Amino acid sequence: MTRVLMKGNEAIAEAAIRAGCLHFFGYPITPQNEIPEYFSRRLPQVGGEYVQTESEVATSNMIFGAAGVGVRVMTSSSSPGISLMSEGISYLAGADLPVVIVNMMRAGPGLAGILPSQSDYAHATRGTAHGDFELTVLAPSSVQEAVDLTILSFQIAERYRVPVMLLGDGMIGQMMEPVEFPELEVGPPLAADDWALTGCRGREPRLVSSLYLDPVELNDKNYERYRRYALIRDKETRFDTYNCDGPYDVLLTAFGVMARVCMSAIDELAKEGIRVGLFRPITLNPFPEDACRSAIARAKRVLDVEMNMGQMLVDIRLAARGSHDIDFIGKCGGLTPSVEDVVERVRVHLAAIRAEER
Amino acid sequence: MNTTDVLFAGFGGHGMLLAGKLLAQAAVNRGLQVSWLPAYGAEMRGGTANVTVCMSGSRVASPYIEHPASLVVMNTPSLLKYGPKVKKGGLIVINTTLAREPWTREDCPVLSLPAGDMAREVGAWKSTNLVLLGAWAGYTGVLSRDAIVETIEEQFSMKHAVMNANVAAFDTGFRQGATARPAPGMANEVDSRTLDRGNAHLDHRTAR
Amino acid sequence: MQKIFSHPCSMIEDPLHYCPGCTHGIIHRLVAESIDELGIRERAVGVSSVGCSVCTYKYFRCDMFQASHGRAPAVATGAKRCRPELILFCYQGDGDLAAIGTSEIIHAANRGEKITCIFANNAVYGMTGGQMAPTTIPGQRTSTTPAGRRVSQDGFPLPMAEMLASLRTPGYVARVSMHAPSEIIRAKEIVRRAFLHQVEDRCFSFVECLSTCPTNWGLSPAESLKWIEREMLPYYPLGELKVPDGKTGDEDEHN
Repeated sequence: MTRVLMKGNEAIAEAAIRAGCLHFFGYPITPQNEIPEYFSRRLPQVGGEYVQTESEVATSNMIFGAAGVGVRVMTSSSSPGISLMSEGISYLAGADLPVVIVNMMRAGPGLAGILPSQSDYAHATRGTAHGDFELTVLAPSSVQEAVDLTILSFQIAERYRVPVMLLGDGMIGQMMEPVEFPELEVGPPLAADDWALTGCRGREPRLVSSLYLDPVELNDKNYERYRRYALIRDKETRFDTYNCDGPYDVLLTAFGVMARVCMSAIDELAKEGIRVGLFRPITLNPFPEDACRSAIARAKRVLDVEMNMGQMLVDIRLAARGSHDIDFIGKCGGLTPSVEDVVERVRVHLAAIRAEER
Repeated sequence: MNTTDVLFAGFGGHGMLLAGKLLAQAAVNRGLQVSWLPAYGAEMRGGTANVTVCMSGSRVASPYIEHPASLVVMNTPSLLKYGPKVKKGGLIVINTTLAREPWTREDCPVLSLPAGDMAREVGAWKSTNLVLLGAWAGYTGVLSRDAIVETIEEQFSMKHAVMNANVAAFDTGFRQGATARPAPGMANEVDSRTLDRGNAHLDHRTAR
Repeated sequence: MQKIFSHPCSMIEDPLHYCPGCTHGIIHRLVAESIDELGIRERAVGVSSVGCSVCTYKYFRCDMFQASHGRAPAVATGAKRCRPELILFCYQGDGDLAAIGTSEIIHAANRGEKITCIFANNAVYGMTGGQMAPTTIPGQRTSTTPAGRRVSQDGFPLPMAEMLASLRTPGYVARVSMHAPSEIIRAKEIVRRAFLHQVEDRCFSFVECLSTCPTNWGLSPAESLKWIEREMLPYYPLGELKVPDGKTGDEDEHN
């Protein structure tokens, strides 16, 4: 397979097309503009449909309409735009529509900044909008993984009839790395024969709706949906570890690009014979809680590193169940914890461990 | 780790992102792992545009580098901002056509060249970025001349005049860099970071 | 004996939930009859909205969406762009379309989406209890304008049909009323034309239907019909405001 040097944003768009997504609705916002731009160029070549919308509110409702008629569809945006999509995301979840939403996070809150950030972890993993529902959230740490997870996002969305979010930061979107794409030109169409609105010829009319005025029916519906979330938790939870094969005193936890900064720090410390492990969730929701707990159990100290004020930290603490205090390095506004920041903090912990041992 | 990185910094329009892209593409063509990470936003508003290219025979861990192994700068603001951040022993390539004020670091090799003037001399006044890329490549030997020239030819195959100007600019810079390179046996920090010499995919600087 | 009148196929036969004297049911019927006559029920997809028309999906015998407040034209856009063979229609009230959904309707019209929007304007929020709408008539008392709408604070009634008709993008825009049988007969023809423009893949179509709300207006059904004529018509003149070839059907008829 040929390796192509591509920006993360463009690679995601191409991966989606290879996965058979020929419909894109979106509104411009930095730092994800290469995604709609790429679709606007490519979709006419493959018989697809691209619409530049009037707002993210409209976007989220257009993908509701598109998914409702049974086509594979996606959109992309960045933090403030995702806030505006919250309404549509809740309706998509409520109507069990499979869509993929990319969020190339930028710094927040408010209009804040356009630099990379991981400031929407909590927003993405804690429901994103009103009502009882969850988003399945996948976080790539490289351009190749962004390609692979884009394809996986469609598979999960369609297998479980849920909206899926691919959560990247501005770095993943703007960075170029060599990538390989699956050979398939354009994937098969979405299988939606038994629920999509395609006109009621030869069958009873169908309804795509999130409205349930009967409380018992709504209660049952939500329980049914959460059984699907439980299935996703069982079958789709993904994580990665680095340097966790042997013993380690300190465990780093990070997601997305920050995990790679941690890997460099681990390599740096390894030169001195210091062993540090890394736990990286790939599915932020469902969070790989058990695997995280196992990794924590083997460490004396745990250091969580994020480009925010400590949002995944909550999940690391929950996974630890009080067994460890979790230390945290966070930078936001577009700043990035550096390799040196991580190395320095690990040294502080190692010194403390040695002092305890004496 | 068989990894190195370089920060290209200048103003928007100087073509530093392109210089980085050509290097990244050449490295991909030679089977390396690569990341190309531009800095944008606040720095873009301030006028500077820069990109960090990481190359590795095995794997690029962090694409975000606070202290680069080498720096290629177009102008004074970029030099003053990033010059002090280069790792001890890292190469600093300076375009003295724009960054005229004397600047140096005791603990780093500094390769100063009037890249803008050199570009004009070979009839490629828009290709100062390629002179600087050439100087970096000639000095470090991370990738061969041919590897990068092939990439330039590939990227500009539809625009022959631009391609020829870019190759001429690259070559003049490359010669200067190669000449300035310490003789074998006097290898400096940059040398020790050149990529895995045992890796068959890699492309080594041939003796000259 | 020849059957000359029956329940439209495109509507279910159950009673509607609307209040006595509300003309939503008539508008439903005009839509259903048009779908029947054009033979498009099996490729029609309706988009119901939020407000009294929230339950529209129960009444039409075709595939239906239930959309969020004001966004029906966006939902219809998404569906129509992906499956152009379907006939998409939105059914929205004035709170939904003329307040929270202004952006969606204007941009759908301006892009020239080939969808049909039926807009029931009764100058008030019905389902939430009779609050002021952008379409409320100056001086009209509502639960949030107890002293009557004051134009100094709330502006004048929002003329959706005129606004959409002003767009340069070709489209079909008309306003009809439910206040008299003659108007309803005329409305039927206009609703049918609106659908026909989509069936013939011609343009966006929009029909504003002046409708009653006896409950929130505090009037009897009969008084409500008179109220439309007396209070609404001065602000909302009837007719075809825009047709795709630049001439109105009215001109054709007069000539």
